[in-house]
Amino acid sequence: MTAAQETLARRAAGSGSVALNLMKLRTFIALFAVLIFFSIAAPNFLSAANLILMSKHVALNAFLAMGMTFVIVTGGIDLSVGSIVGLCGMVAGGLILNGLDLLIGYTVYFNVVEIVAITLGVGVAIGAINGLLITKLNVAPFIATLGTLYVARGLALLSSDGATFPNLVGKAELGTTGYGVLGGGQWLGLPLAIWILIAVALGAAYVARFTPLGRHIFAVGGNERAAGLSGVRVARVKLFVYMFSGFCAAIVGLIVSSELMAAHPATGESFELNAIAAAVLGGTSMSGGRGTIGGTIVGAFVIGILSDGLVMMGVSSFWQMVIKGCVIIIAVVVDQAQRRLQQRVALRQMARMG
Amino acid sequence: MSDATGDDVILRLEGVTKVYSGTVAVKQADFEVRRGAINVLVGENGAGKSTLMKIIAGVESPTAGRILLDGEEVSFANPAEAAKRGIGMVFQELNLFGNLSVAENIFAARELARGGVWIDHRLQERRAAQFLERLETGIAPRTPVEDLRIGQQQLVEIAKAVAQDARILIMDEPTSALSAVEVEVLFRVIADLKARGVAIVYISHRLEELIRIGDFITVLRDGRVTGRERMADVDIAWIVRQMIGSAAKEFTKAEGQSIGEEAFRAEDICLPRVTGGYEVDHVSLSVRKGEILGVYGLMGAGRSEFFDCVMGRRPHASGRIFIDGAPVRETDVTGRIARGLALIPEDRQREGLVSILSVGANLTLASLRKFVTGFHISDRQEKTAIARAIRDLSIKVANPALEVTSLSGGNQQKVVIGKALMTEPKVLLMDEPSRGIDIGAKADVFLIMRKLAAQGLGIIFVTSDLGEVMALCDRIAVMSNGRVTALVDRAEASEELLVTASALGHGPAKPSLVESLQ
Repeated sequence: MTAAQETLARRAAGSGSVALNLMKLRTFIALFAVLIFFSIAAPNFLSAANLILMSKHVALNAFLAMGMTFVIVTGGIDLSVGSIVGLCGMVAGGLILNGLDLLIGYTVYFNVVEIVAITLGVGVAIGAINGLLITKLNVAPFIATLGTLYVARGLALLSSDGATFPNLVGKAELGTTGYGVLGGGQWLGLPLAIWILIAVALGAAYVARFTPLGRHIFAVGGNERAAGLSGVRVARVKLFVYMFSGFCAAIVGLIVSSELMAAHPATGESFELNAIAAAVLGGTSMSGGRGTIGGTIVGAFVIGILSDGLVMMGVSSFWQMVIKGCVIIIAVVVDQAQRRLQQRVALRQMARMG
Repeated sequence: MSDATGDDVILRLEGVTKVYSGTVAVKQADFEVRRGAINVLVGENGAGKSTLMKIIAGVESPTAGRILLDGEEVSFANPAEAAKRGIGMVFQELNLFGNLSVAENIFAARELARGGVWIDHRLQERRAAQFLERLETGIAPRTPVEDLRIGQQQLVEIAKAVAQDARILIMDEPTSALSAVEVEVLFRVIADLKARGVAIVYISHRLEELIRIGDFITVLRDGRVTGRERMADVDIAWIVRQMIGSAAKEFTKAEGQSIGEEAFRAEDICLPRVTGGYEVDHVSLSVRKGEILGVYGLMGAGRSEFFDCVMGRRPHASGRIFIDGAPVRETDVTGRIARGLALIPEDRQREGLVSILSVGANLTLASLRKFVTGFHISDRQEKTAIARAIRDLSIKVANPALEVTSLSGGNQQKVVIGKALMTEPKVLLMDEPSRGIDIGAKADVFLIMRKLAAQGLGIIFVTSDLGEVMALCDRIAVMSNGRVTALVDRAEASEELLVTASALGHGPAKPSLVESLQ
């Protein structure tokens, strides 16, 4: 923070713009509000077991929301992530249970590490297809990813004829045991999934803040033409964000199937909507150019805690949906109010300074 | 009441102040608009002219002060209310709907509807055609606005304001994107409106224009009114004194500088037009190190398109380009920037700047690679480079972390130039770099161009301003209808020659207009 910014910040604090600062921190305030509310209203809410369980639920949405944030910042949207979750779970499950039938009488079995790598590759590949449709064939992101949403879901159902791949314990002689670690393992008392989330989130936040790629993502979202004319390879940047979104979805697919030790082709339905909600709640602008990874993660926690807490209070799932919808709408309304207030506070300061 | 001397005041602003985030745009300004006269408003960029006009047109409401219309105090909540009271405005930033047709734009929000419901498209198009006819545009009313060049869009904007039958018509830099011929037509329309008693408020940076058509002049400096006179009583020196406060910065004259070997050559650049023919028709040009090559021409002569081809923005273009004698094989913008080409685009808002990013992030956008080790952007190196660019180009900004939109037009243009220079180009392509910026910033930009040329850069400079092209360039090329119609040294160039060459190949109607110009 430069000296000028500091003086500005001090002056802002001095001029009594408390409301503005409260609004800026609204996602955090919302987070603490739901935490405090449920710790009073729901018994056992604050128990370690419940908190860990909850954070595991949140982690799934947080992965998708991070990928979604980059996509939305470039001015796009990715509706296919839920289906990619389902398909990737089926890929992993199928490879563990049945291996890869080469159709010439041989079946190849991969070990768990290879299976994880292949599954991530499938997620990235579907993201790449989204990206290519959007950049090379000029399909609108909404339509392109709507198409892959259906295709990926259809492929997931086809892979098992709609059935579940059960009991993914694997066989020791094939090296396919230990798949459950990903979803069930712990390290230093925290689930492995949380550690993975922390790692990916730090990586994504670093990319957004400190790399040319990150800067380019925001530039493309802010003004695609100007970015292109400045030498930013717009198509490549877009391709990356969709591939990253696919990658995040593949991680979720792996974690879900590992946790359940089973892969179900309908897994992940409507996950994309939760991811969009978390990103928007965290301050990502749907018109592109604005958004942060940190904000998105907090947004995911607010949504996750809200739904888990309401379950614990015994609120009907129908009411949960109504409440979630209202929270999203309020978040966006407050976001708009903050921009207006911010302008007005700045104006008053200018006027006072002359 | 209304008389030809235009002494009666229709609109008066008293002690108007307007504060924005980032600046106090207007301080305690008094301004009078007289009926049947051309009321000129002039001032450097950021002096508050546009803001003052937006207040009159109801786009902005003043923070303090009052507005008197016909002696009665008014306040407009929005432009529609101002329009109802007979105030129309041609905005500097074009406010058109690109997806709608010209006729639909002209009648936007005032649709000619049968029974208030069904839009009478045929009537709208017929009326639109009349207005366009009066402006001698040759634009068909059904054309979607996005298919028009900026200059043509500006004419549509003017037609739209004229169509409103305003009593007070505000024109904010209406000529900034127009060619000389189009300007003449516009002046005839203005004279006609004036004769019919319309009060015109005219804002421009082109002082000769103001002297020629203005009746009353008001000068703004830093948001304050510094001078109010009858135009007959003042001269350019007076205006410049009021605007800048001290002695005028003159257009820089060329110092004796050495011109080196060839920096850039384009051979046989062709860009086919969708409708047949060529937008850029076998253009070959070259520029040497330390040379400024001016490209003069009318709007739509293919100058911007030529730049597009050179930068690799048009995949269908053909031809060869060379830098330092070596052929350039890179086909995309990124590759060509890496080879040492840089473009200052004509449309600052749409192609030059990412408005939501900070001044600093805009400056380094094209050259981030320089501050990267591995994939980490070094904050310190980047900040140093930003500070240096801000100092070198004397960009007026309190803090480079501010959004770039908080700057005035001239300073925004300097940011675009700074961005291009940070890629360390060998050849700089500048498309109308002085468009819509004030004299002070213009002089700065020209000084920068001179300095860069002295450092050995080859500069290709597209402009529609004869004065600029004659003052700045070492050689001048004229383009018309996609072709180069003249290529002369400055010593041999005359304004007559340039104007004649710029009208070649434009059909039989144009030569007569050219004659009327001279």
